[in-house]
Amino acid sequence: MEKKRAYAFYPGCSSQLRASASNYLVSVQTMCRYLDVKLTPIPDWNCCGASIGYAGSGELARHVMNARNFALAERHLPGQDIVATCAACWLGARETKEKLDASAQLLADTNEALREAGLRYQGRAEVRHMVEVLIEDLGYEGLAQPVVKPLEGIKFAGYVGCQTNRPFGIAGESFENPMYLDRLVETLGGEALPRYEQKVTCCGGALAFSEPEKSQKQIRQIVEAAYDAGADMIVTPCPLCQANVEIYQDEINRREGTRFAIPVTYYSQLMAVAYGATPKEAGLDGHLIAPKKLHEIAVKVVPAQKG
Amino acid sequence: MGAADLDPAARARYGTDFLREVEERVEEGQWVKMCMQCGVCAGSCPFGPHWEHSPQKIFMMIRAGEREAVLRSDAMWMCTSCYNCVVRCPRKLPITQIMHGLASYAERLGLAPKMQPTRRWSLLFWHNCTRTGRVNELRLTLGLYFMGGFVAGLKKAWAMRRIGFGLLRAGRLNPFELLRGHECRDKAGIRRMLAKAYELEAKRRGFTN
Repeated sequence: MEKKRAYAFYPGCSSQLRASASNYLVSVQTMCRYLDVKLTPIPDWNCCGASIGYAGSGELARHVMNARNFALAERHLPGQDIVATCAACWLGARETKEKLDASAQLLADTNEALREAGLRYQGRAEVRHMVEVLIEDLGYEGLAQPVVKPLEGIKFAGYVGCQTNRPFGIAGESFENPMYLDRLVETLGGEALPRYEQKVTCCGGALAFSEPEKSQKQIRQIVEAAYDAGADMIVTPCPLCQANVEIYQDEINRREGTRFAIPVTYYSQLMAVAYGATPKEAGLDGHLIAPKKLHEIAVKVVPAQKG
Repeated sequence: MGAADLDPAARARYGTDFLREVEERVEEGQWVKMCMQCGVCAGSCPFGPHWEHSPQKIFMMIRAGEREAVLRSDAMWMCTSCYNCVVRCPRKLPITQIMHGLASYAERLGLAPKMQPTRRWSLLFWHNCTRTGRVNELRLTLGLYFMGGFVAGLKKAWAMRRIGFGLLRAGRLNPFELLRGHECRDKAGIRRMLAKAYELEAKRRGFTN
């Protein structure tokens, strides 16, 4: 039997029980169960500081926060790659990893700070995004194998957003027009809309809270373009994109007289449903705008499977 | 002549040479002189129309020694961290990080615009997540709403009630976070480690405040 793939899992603050992306966590766990991928949370992992914490963090404290997770992963889950599902966690952690690998001084300072928590970062742990694990370690063919319910008849606007795409991105993809989300949709039997225009537009990110009007202008463009492309729903790899683009549609409607109600889902939910999960296992109960078409497929009874 | 917000040693060291001050005291500040003023960053910014100064302008102002105007600008606080400017910059300047670095430096010197909403949000976020090691989303959101006072907070919370109840129904908001949310076990260790990090950064950059 093939050896089970095992990773040091960094879920991040939004992917916790009853947090804002709790249904992302549920669907990722379900997806990984079908793909025989073992995720072990890094014991006592902490917040990455996100991109928005800069005013208080300065430089070193931010790196130290990320390095604490690396050190914990190296100690408790040696040899396993760290896998993040949140775009900001992944970006923050990867940036720290690159900085520490490049500067002996920064690494020494980081370890001096970590010593206060009884830890040491050895520079071994690799930092990856779940999408990288899917595409690079399992491959599109591997991802197609468990499909029992192709997502036929659903049109998906693949909204990649910012931080899963820039500045690091997925290897081999362009910053302006990444194709992996569309390919993933097609792998699951859904219809991708590669001409969706706002694929990599910023939703405002954390500034959706502090600058709501400016951010909602961005969100309006993202949603409008999905309708223009004929999408049934939006799919994204980022928990903040998901939240922003879903929950503010109603606000925009009330202020601007639009009638937006397009569901915003995670790639992991699509995969969970295509692999035969129940709506609950796919986290479909975690939406303000229910992804009805996905739900219909999830409750459909499939003919007896082979083997 | 020198800036009143600097300690005497820094004032003597930098005088009117603001570029050198930025190079030595701002994260990634050493890149500023590499800007060739093409303006791609300004055109790539999602919040471009809302800035007082684009990154392109900020970089030129730094070189021109317009210290006060740069550090008091609201421009850095408009960064959404989308990294569009970073990947498009032909000189590969880490513009997002420089903007964050300038914002953080302005905050340290007490020159950042006090009521700028993202400045307050950024500080709130960092304090929230470092207190227990993990973000308490409910306290964070309510903290933002109630920043302008109790009555303003109630109004804001009321205006956002539909989203709040929607998230509650969807299992994505936990009212008990108000009492106690997710947190790390080794909170004390995190606190000690961060105190050391602040101390070391101040030493390396020559900060006394």
